[in-house]
Amino acid sequence: MTLQTEIPREKLASLATRALHHKSFIAGFLVAMLVAGMAALSFLWTPYDVTRLVISDKLLAPSAAHWFGTDHFGRDVLSMIMVGARNSIAVALVAVGIGMGIGVPLGCWAAARGGLVDEVLMRLNDLVFAFPALLSAIMITAIFGPGAINAIIAIGIFNIPVFARVARAGALAIWPREYILAARAAGKGKALITLEHVLPNIATLLLVQGTIQFALGILAEASLSYVGLGAQPPMPSWGRMLFEAQTRMAQAPWMAVFPGMAIVITVLALNLLGDGVADILDPKSRRRR
Amino acid sequence: MSLLEIENLSLTIGNRSILKDVDLSVAPGEVVGLVGESGSGKSMTAMTVMQLLPFTAEAAGSVRFDGIDILAATEDQMCALRGDDIGMVFQEPMTALNPVKTIGEQVAEGIRWHTRAGRAEAEERARKILDRVGLPEAKFPLTRYPHELSGGQRQRVVIAIACALKPKLLIADEPTTALDVVLQAQILDLLRDLVHENNMGLLLISHDLAVVTEMSDRITIMRHGEVMEAGETAQTLSGQVHPYTRQLALASMHVPKRRPFSPLAGEMSSNATEGVASERNVDTPNKTPLVSVENVSRLYPGRRTSFFGRGTPIHAVDDVSLDIAPAQSVALVGRSGCGKSTLARMILALDKPSAGAIRFRGETISHRDEAELKPARRNMQVVFQDPYGSFDPRQKVEKLVAEPLHLLEKKPTPAERREMAAHALHEVGLGSADLDKYPHEFSGGQRQRLSIARAIITRPRLIVADEPVSALDVSIRAQILDLFADLNARLGVAYLFITHDLTVARAITDEVLVMHEGRIVERGATKEILDRPQSEAAKALVAAAPDLHRALARKMQEQG
Repeated sequence: MTLQTEIPREKLASLATRALHHKSFIAGFLVAMLVAGMAALSFLWTPYDVTRLVISDKLLAPSAAHWFGTDHFGRDVLSMIMVGARNSIAVALVAVGIGMGIGVPLGCWAAARGGLVDEVLMRLNDLVFAFPALLSAIMITAIFGPGAINAIIAIGIFNIPVFARVARAGALAIWPREYILAARAAGKGKALITLEHVLPNIATLLLVQGTIQFALGILAEASLSYVGLGAQPPMPSWGRMLFEAQTRMAQAPWMAVFPGMAIVITVLALNLLGDGVADILDPKSRRRR
Repeated sequence: MSLLEIENLSLTIGNRSILKDVDLSVAPGEVVGLVGESGSGKSMTAMTVMQLLPFTAEAAGSVRFDGIDILAATEDQMCALRGDDIGMVFQEPMTALNPVKTIGEQVAEGIRWHTRAGRAEAEERARKILDRVGLPEAKFPLTRYPHELSGGQRQRVVIAIACALKPKLLIADEPTTALDVVLQAQILDLLRDLVHENNMGLLLISHDLAVVTEMSDRITIMRHGEVMEAGETAQTLSGQVHPYTRQLALASMHVPKRRPFSPLAGEMSSNATEGVASERNVDTPNKTPLVSVENVSRLYPGRRTSFFGRGTPIHAVDDVSLDIAPAQSVALVGRSGCGKSTLARMILALDKPSAGAIRFRGETISHRDEAELKPARRNMQVVFQDPYGSFDPRQKVEKLVAEPLHLLEKKPTPAERREMAAHALHEVGLGSADLDKYPHEFSGGQRQRLSIARAIITRPRLIVADEPVSALDVSIRAQILDLFADLNARLGVAYLFITHDLTVARAITDEVLVMHEGRIVERGATKEILDRPQSEAAKALVAAAPDLHRALARKMQEQG
C-alpha cells in the first residue's frame, strides 16, 4: 500500500471550513484583526490627540474619560497604544518583506546551485546569525542614527538569513524529487524550475515562517524603541512607552501595564495564527482533528 | 486448531466500508498468502490483527489469535502481543528502521521490553538472531546504523526484529516489493526457513501472484475488501474457478502483442504537432544508431576520510559502450545499485560522464550546455518509476503534461498547448476532461499513463523508462506494458527500459543488456539471454525471477 505523501491543493472552500474549525487559528485571527483594526482606526480617529500635551491631566489613573489612564505629559495611554500599533505593524511588515524579498531568492539560489555558492552564502548567513540580533540592530542604528526607518532596515537585515535558511532547506528537499528531474529533461533551466516547481511547494513553509517573523518583528521594534533607537518622539511606540513608564512604576503602573499587554497579546495572537496556518495547510493534520 | 481465526470481519472508516465479511485462518507452521491489488484491503486486514488501525476505524466480527479475542483486547494486552507473539515485517526497509539507533539497539529493544531481560542478555539474543538472518557479527557489528546497510540487509534487520522473540505468527506486508529479484529470492528463502524452524504461522501479503504461489500453502484472494476465493494454492490457481482469480493469473503472465513499427499506422492527423513529427521519415533509411554510448564511465568521489582526504572513488558506471537503433526496444537489466539508473541519466544528459562520449543521432551530447541540448532533449524523454513522486502536486495536469513543449523552437499558443496535451492524454487512454485535474486525483496506473503522455508529447525518438511498472499492480502493469508496446508500434519510438524484472524485459524488448557492478556483462537478443544466460550475473537474475508457471508446476507436485 502506498501512502500519499505530497500536499494536494485544497479547494478554497474546504480550506475555509477547516479554518473555521481550528480554535487557535480563529482566536489568533480575531485578535490580530482587532489590533490591525485599531491601527487603521487611529488614522481617522483617536480618543485624544497624542501630540498634544495636557500637563494638568498628567498621571491620571484609568477612568471613564481615560480608559487606560494618562502618562506624565497628560497624553491618553489608549490613544498612544492605538497609534503605536500602527508603528509596530508597519515596522514588522516591512521587515518581513525585506527578509523574504532578499532571503528567499538567496536561499533558492543556494539550493539550486549547490557547491561553492551554497557554501559561501550559508557561511555568510551563519555570520549574520552569530551576532545577537538586538546588539547588531543597536549597532546599525548607532551608525545610521535612530529612527523608525533605520529600525526597519536593521530588523529586516536580520530576517534575511532566517528566510534564506528556511527557503534553502525546503528547496533542498524538493530538488531530488522526480518531477524536478522530469522538468530538467524537459529542458527547463534552474531559475524556471525554481519559479514553477520549487516555490509553490515551499510556499507553506515560508508563510508560516512569515507569521513567526512578524511577531518577532513587533517584539524587536519594541526592544529597539525601549532602548531609544526606534521611532522618535513625538511618534508613540509601544517599546518607548514601556521605557518611559519604567521610572514611574510605583506611581503609575498603568503606563507600563497596558503597552506591555498590547505587546504580549499581539505576539501571542500572531503565534497562534502561525500555528493555525501551518495546521490548516497541512493535509495530514486533518486526521488528527 | 488455527492460530489466527478471522471470521466475518467487517471494517469501516468514517462512512466508508473497507472490509466486508472477511474470513481467514492461519495454522501454526502454515504459510497463507493474501493477494489482491492495492486498495483491496490486504494491509487493513493485517492492521486489524495488530490493532494498529486509525482511530476512526470500527471493526465488527471476530478475530481470535491463540484464544485471545483481538477486537476486545485492551491496548495493554495488545502491546504485550505485538512484537512478542505476533511479529510484523513492513514493505519499505528504508523507513521501517529508526535511523538514529544502531541495529543492535533496535533488535534488543523488543527483547528487553517483552522479556525484561537485562541489557547484556538482550544484546546476546540480538546477536544470535542477527546471525540467524544472515548478518553475522564479524561482518555486521551490532553498532552499525541502518544507513550503513543496503536495502536487502535492512530488510533482514526488520525480519530479525520481528522474529527475535520467536513469534507464533509473522505478518509480512509486501516484504520484498522494494527489493530486486535476487534479494527477493534470498529474503523469501529466509522467511521460509524461519517458518520451518519455529513452526511459525506466516501471513504473506503481496500483489505478486508468483511470489505468493511459490511461498504459500493456502491462498486468499481479495478484491474491494471482500474475499473472492480461498483455498489450497495449487488447486485454487490451477482451477481458477472464480473469474477474478483467472483475471489475476492472466494479468501476471501477460505478454503484450507487438507489431513491427509501420509509420503510416501511427501518423497523426492533428496539425497541432506539425513540425515535430514531420521530420520523422527523413532519416529512417540511414543506419546511424539513435544513441551510441562509447566507453562511458562515471566516478563518484569516495567517502571523506579526513578533512582533506577522500577514499578511492566509486565506479558507478565503468567503461560502458552500447548502441540503440531507431525504433528499437532495449532492456537494461541488473540488480539495484549496479549503475543502470546512473547510465540512464547520462544518456538523458541529466548527469555528465567522467570519461567517454555519448552521441544522440550522431551528435555528442555529453558536456554540452543546456541551450545546445535543446534539440536533443526534444527527441528524448523519460518515464520514472514512482507514479506518485514524478508529478508536482501543485500543478494541473495540463501544465504538467505540456511541460516538455518548452523545448519546441516555436512556442505554442495556450490553445495549441491545450490541444496537444489533450491529444497526448487521448493517446494514453485518458480524456481531455482530465486536463484540469491535479495529480492526486489519479490512481497509480493513471499517473503512469500521465507520465507516458508527458513523455510522448514532443514525439521523441527515444523514451528512457526507469522501472516504469515496478510500482504497479499486476493488472495495471499489463495495461501499461500494452500501452508501451502499442506506442512503439504506432510512433516508432525507441525504448530503453531499465528494470530488474525479467518478465518486463521479456514482454516488450528486442535486446537485453545485463549490467553488473557498473559494467555490461552480457548482451544479446532478449529471448536468447533469458533462456540461456551465460554470465553469472544474468544466471542469478534469471534463476531468482519469480515465474507463475514454474511456481505453479512445483506447487502442483507438492500439493498433488
